[in-house]
Amino acid sequence: MSSQTMRSIKTEQLGVGYTKFPVVDNISLSLEPGALLVLIGTNGSGKSTILKTMAGLLAPISGSLEILSTPSGSLPKRVAYLPQHPVSTHTLPLRVRDVVAMGRFAHLGLFRRPSTNDRLIVDRSMQRTGIDPQANKPIRDLSGGQQQRTHLAQVLTRQAEILLLDEPTAGLDINGRKLVADLIASERARGVTVVMATHELQDAENANTVMLLAQRVVSIGPPDVALRDEYLRECFGFTQPH
Amino acid sequence: MFIEPFINNEFLRLSLAAGILVAVTCAIAGTFVVLRGLAFVGDALAHGVLPGIATAMLLGVSGIFGAAVGALVMMGGVSLVSRRFRLSGDTAIGLLFVGMLALGVMITSRSRTFVGDLSRILFGELLGVNSTDLLLQLLALVIVAIIAFVSRRPFLLLSVDEGLANTSGFSTRVFHNAMLTMIAITVVASFQTVGTLLVLGMLIAPAATGALFARRISTMMLIATLVGSASTYIGLLISYHFNLAAGASIVLTAVFIFAIVATFTEIKKSLTDRQTDEHEHQHSHSGAHVR
Repeated sequence: MSSQTMRSIKTEQLGVGYTKFPVVDNISLSLEPGALLVLIGTNGSGKSTILKTMAGLLAPISGSLEILSTPSGSLPKRVAYLPQHPVSTHTLPLRVRDVVAMGRFAHLGLFRRPSTNDRLIVDRSMQRTGIDPQANKPIRDLSGGQQQRTHLAQVLTRQAEILLLDEPTAGLDINGRKLVADLIASERARGVTVVMATHELQDAENANTVMLLAQRVVSIGPPDVALRDEYLRECFGFTQPH
Repeated sequence: MFIEPFINNEFLRLSLAAGILVAVTCAIAGTFVVLRGLAFVGDALAHGVLPGIATAMLLGVSGIFGAAVGALVMMGGVSLVSRRFRLSGDTAIGLLFVGMLALGVMITSRSRTFVGDLSRILFGELLGVNSTDLLLQLLALVIVAIIAFVSRRPFLLLSVDEGLANTSGFSTRVFHNAMLTMIAITVVASFQTVGTLLVLGMLIAPAATGALFARRISTMMLIATLVGSASTYIGLLISYHFNLAAGASIVLTAVFIFAIVATFTEIKKSLTDRQTDEHEHQHSHSGAHVR
């Protein structure tokens, strides 16, 4: 790696977990702008823990982690994170538009008033996830899939350079899954680095790097290498049907 | 019957003014208490002030200072407990709160007018407020409004998800403590009006009524203000005409309004659901869903 090459995410011997005992350790990787890293594994394999650590919600237990050449959690305007089960918004009196607009808070801080541009970004993000017809509806009246589209729109309003998506296709139908794939492709085309956790092997098709996890790194590399049958068997106990 | 009591009695006018100031303060703080599900913490804070007030009364200083000290101690306790005991927070906060309550009762029992003092602290003494109290309540309202305005974005993020607040660049700890401070100030400013036992009703009932049908936080806060103020007015009238405790009448009115609105909202919802079901049923019969 040349020292001039810009790295979006760089980890060396990274260990992640909730206590001092790591859920996964020895993670070493380096992602360039526009790259897609897909984390695959069963429940409890460590996917979400890695994403939370990259988002700055958990401190690394060991090793090093650099996000855009800074410690994780220090660049809220440039990093956006979609948690696995976003929220209890169903009980809150919030319209879809309000939930999406919350994605701009990192840019607005405590006092700045939303500008026309901020509102445009919110509108555009809702159009991109197809939730704009529901913009003025209370989010608690929406279906699970529509709520997920709302949270995806919120993440897009951040206009971040790094997207950390924890199971972004959860609760979405086939159209929704295609929408997520298209969104990721268009974000990558503008140089955004995407890290996505998923259960679905087909989500890994377009990845530069795939990491198979089972409370340790089973394999890491391009999809054709990382998803070899022996690794899949090791991770899931079965192989991919050909 | 509805206005004369206030025209003819200065103490009632003062009580109404104090009650409305408290209602507005509670509407602002209560909105976030309801959104964030902090009712129990609010209750704990309200009881935490009891030993402070009791001590102040024994020493002959203003109860409000004692309440402020009690609230500070309780806030520290709640803050520590909610950081340390994530899973068993309820239990730990519950113990803190009965501990403070017991301490308060113990200190009050040293007083010769034990029962009177205790009932004053627990249920308030709205009809005894003076203009100094009003000024202090106004000051509390201003401070609470400023905290809520400055922190509105992090407070909203915290209500949705603590992680979201963090990843948006707002310190969870700083704004959690700001929210506790806001609730504590509200409790301290309200105890004289409705008492430490009933203040939770004013914090929650009007805001919860707003949450039932508001689509926006600002609307919820406005509804809470209206419900709280209306409860104060109606409660005072009931108290005056039927010679009942003022604080309790106000809180009971607020709870009653919540119950009525909740019932109507439920009926409306079940009617809408039934219409939707019938609509879908007709559609499936008309072949709209034929695959």
